[in-house]
Amino acid sequence: MQTSVSIKDLSLNFGSVKVLEHLNLDIAQGEFIVLLGPSGCGKSTLLNCIAGLLEVSDGQIFINGKNVTWKEPKDRGIGMVFQSYALYPQMTVEKNLSFGLRVAGMPKDEIKARVERAAEILQIGPLLQRKPANLSGGQRQRVAIGRALVRDVDVFLFDEPLSNLDAKLRSDLRVEIKRLHQRLKNTMIYVTHDQIEALTLADRIAIMKNGVIQQLADPHVIYNKPTNLYVAGFIGSPSMNFLSGTLQGEIFTADDGTKIPVGAYDFAAPAPGSAKAVLGVRPEHIFLGDAANAMPFKTPAEIEIVEPMGSETLAWTKVAGIPVTFRCSSDIPLAVGDKVTIGFDIARGSLFDAKSENRL
Amino acid sequence: MSQTATMAGSPSVAHDDVVEARGPRPKPFFTPKKIMLYTALVFFSLYYLFPLYVMLTTSLKTMPEIRFGNIFALPQAPNFDAWVKAWTSACTGLNCQGLSPGFWNSVKITIPSTIVSIFIAAVNGYALVNWRFKGSEVFFAILIFGSFIPYQVMLYPLVMITRELKIFGTLQAVILIHTVFGMPILTLLFRNYFASLPQELFKAARVDGAGFWRIFFEIMLPMSLPIFVVALILQITGIWNDFLFGVVFAGTQNYPMTVQLNNIVNSAQGTPEYNVNMAATVLTGLVPLTVYFVSGKWFVRGVAAGAVKG
Repeated sequence: MQTSVSIKDLSLNFGSVKVLEHLNLDIAQGEFIVLLGPSGCGKSTLLNCIAGLLEVSDGQIFINGKNVTWKEPKDRGIGMVFQSYALYPQMTVEKNLSFGLRVAGMPKDEIKARVERAAEILQIGPLLQRKPANLSGGQRQRVAIGRALVRDVDVFLFDEPLSNLDAKLRSDLRVEIKRLHQRLKNTMIYVTHDQIEALTLADRIAIMKNGVIQQLADPHVIYNKPTNLYVAGFIGSPSMNFLSGTLQGEIFTADDGTKIPVGAYDFAAPAPGSAKAVLGVRPEHIFLGDAANAMPFKTPAEIEIVEPMGSETLAWTKVAGIPVTFRCSSDIPLAVGDKVTIGFDIARGSLFDAKSENRL
Repeated sequence: MSQTATMAGSPSVAHDDVVEARGPRPKPFFTPKKIMLYTALVFFSLYYLFPLYVMLTTSLKTMPEIRFGNIFALPQAPNFDAWVKAWTSACTGLNCQGLSPGFWNSVKITIPSTIVSIFIAAVNGYALVNWRFKGSEVFFAILIFGSFIPYQVMLYPLVMITRELKIFGTLQAVILIHTVFGMPILTLLFRNYFASLPQELFKAARVDGAGFWRIFFEIMLPMSLPIFVVALILQITGIWNDFLFGVVFAGTQNYPMTVQLNNIVNSAQGTPEYNVNMAATVLTGLVPLTVYFVSGKWFVRGVAAGAVKG
């Protein structure tokens, strides 16, 4: 597979603050990459570096095999969509779309054809003569995408494009972006702090923290085999339950002495002799009733809080003295104070070294 | 539901004279608070308008009537003779052409100075916000510091500089001085305004391939109308009202209106013609006054817009 964007040893400092440090990332042709992380993790900075809006302190950026490290944004073959849409307020939608083409001095009929094509793809034809102020949030974001579309770029850069929209519109546009990607097959780099967007859209997710990519993998692996404690805690809502304790052979002993057999766990390396460790189990990998009895570890528990979510119910309880959430079908009647038996699906859990925080 | 029902059922029984509260609360006009507020407002308005009243009435009177002594009285037979004289034939020093040459001199000074200074300051502000260069912060600090230096300190050096440039005593000299002195405050104004515009617009324009001037003229300027109005008002009134630079740099034949007004009012010959002086003063103040009246709303909006970010 041909690489579309390749970042080599990229560093960026603002004064003495190191925002990105020796970052490497190869993105394949037509791939949808999501840069995911909390605010301040450097994901938007990285995107701005790729766009050429920020000068890098060290390292190289290649787009389609060409070194663009010193190139102006317009010469990089990229289009960018911003969180605040960044539509030129005094121009109509049509002028907004064609601005870049007019700057490039493209012939009028060519501009017209491209604007019409973009308007057709994004279904904004009837809006062409309106000003951005007279558009809804979703329409504005479509125009912003159209502005990248008309320029026929190789790489689309999205900087939290859906964060300013309400929840309903966000999920609608999310699907549209996915559809657009399937139709255009361009490389897309998408920055977000929303894990649902990341998991639904990405071919691969790069989870970032403090300017370093923690894990780069497809959504399934990210979710099920997080490489370290940070990724495990960041992905998933409600987040993974963590029990700290000691791992001895195939027995995990929680801090309060509860023994949990972890023989079913798929260790990356042979189980270490004895070490401080953290056991992580996702809420949907904790089961009730009959299903619990089939699990390698089961324990009686008392329900403390019940959160009905409609399609499912979240329940809070305590295991080994630590609050634990689990998910169950909303058909199961649960009430506060109920005594139940819950079982952990250890095979799908995660074990981390308490010191290095890496997956075992 | 049941609560509303009981409340609707048993109101006026308990208090016959009290109206049951419903809908918007009544707002009586004559409350002590409002009376005090409006009294104070009216009082201070009169206080500030009074000099204007005296000016206008006196300018419409004849000299004998003024000598009669009651400056607060309305003119018995209002006429514009004094205004005509002030405009066309009052003596400013040796010339007796009235204020009109001064008016046109002021126009010739104000228009180019305003346009040039605002244009340069707008570009400055835009560059300082969007095209950060090495030392741009230092440059800005120096520029701002410039606005704190008293004019008097720089007066003599400036005289020498304009003399060396061979423009001392010309319109160009006074226009140059006004442009330079307008720079710090106007740059600050524009910088703050541009800083309040979303940075992403600028980034989007760069991705679209637009350069320095294209972004300035096609993206930034169309969005800056409010701040341009503020800058226009500041510069027009400031330069129109200037006396010092006009008297020092413009040269006798180019004296602006303010200087000629001074010459009329302070002329030592004969009895002072109060009606002509007053008329001349009102005439001189008319331009700034008009500017304020016409653009008041824009001014407030622009100042508020420029104050968002520091």
